[in-house]
Amino acid sequence: MDFINHQLFIKDINVHIDPILPKKTAIITHGHADHARFGHDHVIATRQTIDIMKIRYGDKCAKKFTALRYGEKYSIKNYDFTLYPAGHILGSAQVLIEKNNHRLVITGDYKVGKDETCKNFKLVKCDTLITEATFGLPIFQHPDPKDEIQKLIQSVKININNCHIIGAYALGKAQRVMNLLRQQNYNKTIYIHGSLEKLCQYYSKEKINIGKFEKVSSKDKSFYVGKIIIAPPSALKDRWSRRFPNPIICMASGWMTVKQRAKQQGIELPLVISDHSDWNELLDTIKKSKAKNILITHGLEDALVYYCKKQNLVSKPLSIQGRSDEEIE
Amino acid sequence: MKKFSSLLHNLILTPSRNTKIKLLQDYFKILDINRAYALAILSEQLSFQFIKASKLRELVYQQVDQHLFDYSYDYVGDLAETISLIWPTNKEGKSRNLSTLIENIKKIKKSEINTEFSKVLSELSNKERWTLIKICTGGLRIGVSERLVKTALADLYNKSVNEIEEIWHGLEFPYENLFQWLKNETSKPKIDFKKLFHPMMLANPIDEEKDFKRLNASEFQAEYKWDGIRVQLMVSSKSVSLYSRTGDNISSTFPEIIENTKGDAVIDGELLVGRNFKPSSFNDLQQRLNRKKVSKDLQEKFPVFIRAYDILFYNGKDLRKMFLYERRKYLEKFEKENKTNQIDLSSIIKFKTWEELTKYKNNAHDDLNEGVMIKLKNSQYLPGRKKGYWYKWKKNPKLVDAILMYAQRGHGKRSSYYSDFTFGVWKENELVPIGKAYSGYTDKELLILDKFIRNNTTNKFGPVREVKKEIIFEVAFDDVFPSSRHKSGVAMRFPRIHRIRWDKPTNEVLSIEEFKKEFKIG
Repeated sequence: MDFINHQLFIKDINVHIDPILPKKTAIITHGHADHARFGHDHVIATRQTIDIMKIRYGDKCAKKFTALRYGEKYSIKNYDFTLYPAGHILGSAQVLIEKNNHRLVITGDYKVGKDETCKNFKLVKCDTLITEATFGLPIFQHPDPKDEIQKLIQSVKININNCHIIGAYALGKAQRVMNLLRQQNYNKTIYIHGSLEKLCQYYSKEKINIGKFEKVSSKDKSFYVGKIIIAPPSALKDRWSRRFPNPIICMASGWMTVKQRAKQQGIELPLVISDHSDWNELLDTIKKSKAKNILITHGLEDALVYYCKKQNLVSKPLSIQGRSDEEIE
Repeated sequence: MKKFSSLLHNLILTPSRNTKIKLLQDYFKILDINRAYALAILSEQLSFQFIKASKLRELVYQQVDQHLFDYSYDYVGDLAETISLIWPTNKEGKSRNLSTLIENIKKIKKSEINTEFSKVLSELSNKERWTLIKICTGGLRIGVSERLVKTALADLYNKSVNEIEEIWHGLEFPYENLFQWLKNETSKPKIDFKKLFHPMMLANPIDEEKDFKRLNASEFQAEYKWDGIRVQLMVSSKSVSLYSRTGDNISSTFPEIIENTKGDAVIDGELLVGRNFKPSSFNDLQQRLNRKKVSKDLQEKFPVFIRAYDILFYNGKDLRKMFLYERRKYLEKFEKENKTNQIDLSSIIKFKTWEELTKYKNNAHDDLNEGVMIKLKNSQYLPGRKKGYWYKWKKNPKLVDAILMYAQRGHGKRSSYYSDFTFGVWKENELVPIGKAYSGYTDKELLILDKFIRNNTTNKFGPVREVKKEIIFEVAFDDVFPSSRHKSGVAMRFPRIHRIRWDKPTNEVLSIEEFKKEFKIG
């Protein structure tokens, strides 16, 4: 595992995983902006991640693309790469790197829980595990998303003179919320912020059940009474949201576990729906991976490092430049 | 309990005042005993003395790894919320009565609290656990004032909120007479006003630029703003009681006052420590505060007295509608008739112009007062902080430049932001911390500081981040004392960030020796 550095760079063969700056060869775990960037020479990723990158950055966002199926091996010199489902969003992958019988897994962002909008997480046994730690504190124990969606549905039923605007990341979370609503038999049209349109169309094309949706247009205010609207979190405080009648501001995110955070952001109806693993799922994955060496990145590392050391696992935080230590996608 | 938890939860997340009122009314509409408990909790008249933050920590450490808890608490920034989330059980669905729950907790013996209270916490859902801890420790901080609760009740039953306000301090749990009157089943509860705490008249800070141009000095009287605690003394032939500014009965903390005062009056004044009416520092007063019982020894060492500012009742007569200068005559009469070692008068400062008063404000009595009070001679005694009658004019704070050394995440509404700052001055080539501040900066400055701290952390000690020594604060503080508990040998009173000195290089900051010299610390 000495072959990879703290920037997830394999110098030997000049390959980066999720680099922030344009590089020669980049393996991309998923389409979120803090992982997938514009301007690499060669992008290696799942077909869906490549599609998503093209939707977001244009067809020419990289010079060359190599699409890998889950489980398909790709070799560069004596390094073998295989992508496995990460269960985070559509197309998301973990990266298994094998070299001289050493197996190293980079989980990327992942969640263990069920999700109809993407392939479910697959556990990959390994010697070294580089895991994310977005919710790396024992206070994060995600509830059943169905119950959270029911809260929303109940609120829509009770507050008949309001509309509900849900802050959700444009890629992944928005479509998951739509899918969860459909699972709970909410069959009405869902209204979306313009920035979500192309991605929603793509999810539909990929046969993900997100139901009927329509872009918010400059209709009469009263039209939106009783409706559900989904928008990226940044739009909640924007002038954009002023067009709606008595909006109840909701947010779908794992961070909503902490009431004070919800309050700070002016969220009236927090929905704890996360696309990351919670504390117990992180511990469980570490245990089941059988890895003896755990590197922790991307989030709240301290408690997880402490826990791993207590379990006699070699563990340290891996700070990746250009990533803030919390509130990431 | 479930309903009440949801109520608090919704109140905390609702920004709209009207929605808050509606939520409260929906809850109070339910006619059962729980609403009396709810009213007591929302108006902070119910708390459990024996369940303190330290006790709760002890309990949670029995359930989860201490380090994991500490990491979590640092992140969340709210004890009740951290405990409620991290507690190993989360029992949704089980329904419990708010009133039964509270009565059961009241019955827990002090010796059994570790097992019994833990048991209760384990039986609840996360939300309910949060609610219960907030109830026990007091201080809900849910953005609902006592006034808002009264307004909700008044609107619900078509009464005026002032009517409720008038009788409020005479009401007692479970408020049956209040609810009956609200429903028009009985007449308004009769309250013995003489025994009631009367909400105090408070002052607004003066705006030096605007107010002095506008206000006519001859219409005002000035007094020193003594640095003790504001109290209301109720004395009659039958009983004597002492209340804090918030209406808490603190009689048992100051027995010498209760035993030695005579007459029939309600007095507004400042409680101070000192012998022969010579006040000593606030530090001394702190030795006497928050004690249930006080030893003779402590009474000898730190004797207390009241410096009277005002009088509300005299021999059964309500003086509150009179003007201040008229009340003053009654106050002087009362003092003369009932001489004791426990009460003297706050003296009136003679001045003709605002400029003249400035001198009094800045230097008189050095550290024993915080400045001056400016009161309209023709002011009635009006409860609350009404504008245009009483002003406080604080001394200029002391200022020193110091370098930001460490930062920690804040609590409450500032949780997640690095908003608690430790700053220091030079000791040879190193920095030595002289204080810690959590306030004074603007929201915009906080964002800049938070970003600086995240990007310039040089070291982490648990929740504390050490940062590059680049930022200089101009720190304002009320006072500084010698202290053996701090490495620097000094302790500041009420330090706050006055401004950020972007212009100043760090080598121009004072050394600790220079600092001590400037502020006369031996």
